[in-house]
Order: sequence, then structure tokens, then C-alpha cells
Amino acid sequence: MSEEVWILGINMTKFGKHPDKDSVDLAAEASLAALADAGVGMKQMDILAAGNLLGGGHLGQTLQKQIGQTGIPVYNVANACATGATALRTAVMAVKAGEADYGLAVGVEKLAGAGLLAGGARKDDGNTWTPAGRYGAVAAVDGRVGTEIMPGVFAQIGMEYLNEHPYEGSNFELFARISEKNHAHSTLNPLAAYTKRMSLEEIMNDVMIAYPNTRPMCSANCDGAAAAVVVSGSVLKTLSLEQQKRAVKVAASILTTDPWEEACQVLPNVNTLTRNAAKQAFEQAGVGPEDLDLVELHDCFATAELVHYDNLMLCEPGGAVEFFESGATWRDGTTPVNVSGGLESKGHPIAATGIANVWEVCHHLRGEAGDRQIEGAKVGLAHVIGLGSACGIHILEKAA
Amino acid sequence: MSNQIPLVDYLVLGDEPHLVAHECTACGARYFDRRNACASCSGTEFTPADIPTEGVLRTFTIVTFAAPGIPVPFVSGIVDCGGTSVRANVVDIEPTPEAVTLGMKVRLTTFPIGADGEGTEAIGFGFAPA
Repeated sequence: MSEEVWILGINMTKFGKHPDKDSVDLAAEASLAALADAGVGMKQMDILAAGNLLGGGHLGQTLQKQIGQTGIPVYNVANACATGATALRTAVMAVKAGEADYGLAVGVEKLAGAGLLAGGARKDDGNTWTPAGRYGAVAAVDGRVGTEIMPGVFAQIGMEYLNEHPYEGSNFELFARISEKNHAHSTLNPLAAYTKRMSLEEIMNDVMIAYPNTRPMCSANCDGAAAAVVVSGSVLKTLSLEQQKRAVKVAASILTTDPWEEACQVLPNVNTLTRNAAKQAFEQAGVGPEDLDLVELHDCFATAELVHYDNLMLCEPGGAVEFFESGATWRDGTTPVNVSGGLESKGHPIAATGIANVWEVCHHLRGEAGDRQIEGAKVGLAHVIGLGSACGIHILEKAA
Repeated sequence: MSNQIPLVDYLVLGDEPHLVAHECTACGARYFDRRNACASCSGTEFTPADIPTEGVLRTFTIVTFAAPGIPVPFVSGIVDCGGTSVRANVVDIEPTPEAVTLGMKVRLTTFPIGADGEGTEAIGFGFAPA
């Protein structure tokens, strides 16, 4: 029987622009606040898992030098946009395996002002065509053989769903309405990078990036960090009643990659690995989609949110559009999705995202979410996708 | 004609331009890149497989904001060519959601993308309405 794992303390910084803080400042702020929230210190930690995708891969030790060099093992992890979830899962695995009583997981990114990620400026074609790389390309292929930019890749992922499940109405408006929901939700989240309610017209008339994704339908680049302290079930029993009451159970912690399928190396398949992760997570937690009081899913683009309704089995197979149109995913619906505002308005500091979404769920389960509290929330799910791909899912349960 | 080179090595030029994939001899999985082994079954033997030049547009996007140096707008899509998916631009079509439609039939086409300092012309490919 492996150990139960609980989140004892958790924190996210304000997402947005932090021109006066570097990534270590933000990671330290989130880590120290998570430790304070847990009522423990660095001295208790047995393992540190750290993620900072754009920072060079040594955040853990740099952070230790600011908040506590205790000699514990550090795992610097990277898994694209699933980096935060991977850090958390690393700490969870150590506790589950009995190698650690306590673990600290942290993710941070400085992204404010960053433009398009991936793709990159096209270099001048050389003076002599010379085949290079795995496709023997004589010149840059982004823009010549389809698109490599994320808004375009995920636009195709959303449109592919509508090809398989044809929709009578306007595709563009459908996706814009998903964005409208998340921007509306963000108005209640003081830690979100953007908290402005946007009308459907404003969203549809904004700058088109890659049809059908306009700018507000894309995740917002911003600065931010999130950190979590995990503890074993047996150690939790020795702590104060207050700590036990606020602890949140990690009912499932899952990480998957995509199994080979036709087309998966042509257009990333974010569906199968999410579906596989969801199946495993529901089985591990012993709950079903109908038991979820809230879901934070990876809406890196409005087009992505739609497909994940289906992938996470929140709706009948093929029924994502109908599910959304029923109002189910608004905060007053049957399965509130992204009540934080989601990546489109809360923001997406890549390596922080997979812990920040867990923080959001914990906040509701603890009954501490203030104006945006989902009343009586007992079970929630947090999902991220890192393209390439990796999918992280955590199911969280309120303490009994 | 001899002074031509394909944009990518899986584009075969000549009288009937077409794409060619590496097909795993064990499981039939197809790839367009240089392979170390098969991602589906780990097999290491591959045979060339010609890809049909006609297909159906399975999904698309119209890119209007791209990295510097990339002309916009352009249509990017995934074409189902007889069961093998191909990534390409959709060309010879107005780049609007009214003109480009899911499920439309398309056909491979090739075109020059420029000449290098020695006069060799690089030939790219895309899919045009069939």
C-alpha cells in the first residue's frame, strides 16, 4: 500500500508584469509562501522539484541559495507547458515511494512581453540550396509547409474537432464564446494577469492571430510563479488539527505522453494522451467526471478548451459543443471550467501553470476562494498539456 | 529542369510530382522525416511509399500573424491523402474562412520558391482546390 499524499501548503504569486523581480525572486516568493501556508520550513523538506523552462534548467539550486541550502536532492524538470505538473508529480512520487515525508515543488516563468513562442524569425535563405535536418529541407519550412506557431497549431486542433463533429453555427463565434466565458470568470480573480470582461464583439473584432484564434483567445504571456508543499498521509496525522483540516488530498497524480497514432507526428495529437491520463486519474481517485465540482483545464487557446471537454470525459464522446452550449462550463453551470479565468486571462507563465491550476482548485476545496468560491466544492481536477507532448492531471479532494 | 531541387526531401519532382513516405515494413506506419526506428513498433526497416496526390482537407487555420520574414496571410492545413496525413499550405485559394472549408477536396501542386546563387530553383509544394 503506497503512501497517501496531501498538499499541505500552496501558493501562487500575482500573475502579470513583474519588471522589478527576476525568476528567482518570484520562485522564492511562491515557495516561502507555500511553506508558511503549510506551517513548515525548508528544514523539513526532503526533496525539491523545480521547473523554469526558459531559464536554463538550474532553478532548483539557484532557489536553494536564496531560501535554504539544506543538501536535499533537487530535480530540475522540463516538460514544455506541463513542466509545473511534472515538478509536482516528481515530489508526489518521492512521497508515495516512501523516500520523502515532505516535498516542495515550484514552477516559475518570466514571459511578460514575449511574443509568439516557437516558430521563430525566418532566416535568409542561403546562397546555395543545401538539404539539412530530418526533412532534408533546403529552406525554412514554417509558413511554407504549414505553420509551426502555437496559435496556428491549436487552431487546427480545434477545427479538426469540428471536422469530425460538424457544427451548424459559426465556428469562429463558437470558439470566441468560450473565450468570453473565461474572460468573464477572470473578473473575480485578483491574481489574474487580465481581469477585464470582454464582450463577444470585442473578442471577435480583436487582432486575428491564426483563424479562428484572435489575440484574447490566446494564452497571455506573463510573469508568475506557483509552489506546493506535499506531505505523506502518515506524517500529516501527526500535525495540528488546523493543518489537517486545510490539507488537500492528491487523489490522483498522472503524467502521460502520446502513444503513436497516424498523423500524430504531422499535427500534435493532444487528445489521446489527455484521454489516457483522464482515465487513469479517475481510476486512481475512484471518482468520475460527474463528481467534479470544478475543472481547471489547459485552455492555451480557446480552440483547445473545446476538445478537452471531450478528452477529459466531461461530456458524451463527440458532445463538446452541445456541452458548452448548455452553459455547463460557466461558473454557475454543472461543471465549472476555468473559474480562474484560464490561461487566456489569468495568464500562462509556462512552468508555473501546472501548479497554479492546482492552487486554484485547492483554494476552492479549502473554501478560501472569496468572491469566486464554488460553494461546497469537494473534488476538482487540474489539467495541463505540454506540446511534444506531455499531459499532467491532478485530482484533488477536500479533507473529510 | 535539371537545375531544380525540392524544398524537402520527401517531395519527388519530375513529370508527376508527389510525396513519398518511409513506411515501416513491419507495421505500415508512415513518416516523412529521416528515421532511427519506427515510433509505433520500433522496427528498423522502411520502404518508400508514394502518397496519393489527391486528398481531403481535415483541418486548417489562416495564419495572419507570424514570425518576422514569413509572408501572411497563408492557409495551413492537414490533408488526408488516402489515409496518410500531410501537413502543407493550402494554395491557389483566397485565404478566408468563406473560401476554405473543412472537408474540401484538394490536389498536390508544386511551384518555385526561388533560385540560389548558382541558379538552382527550389520547388515547394502545397494543396490547391481539386
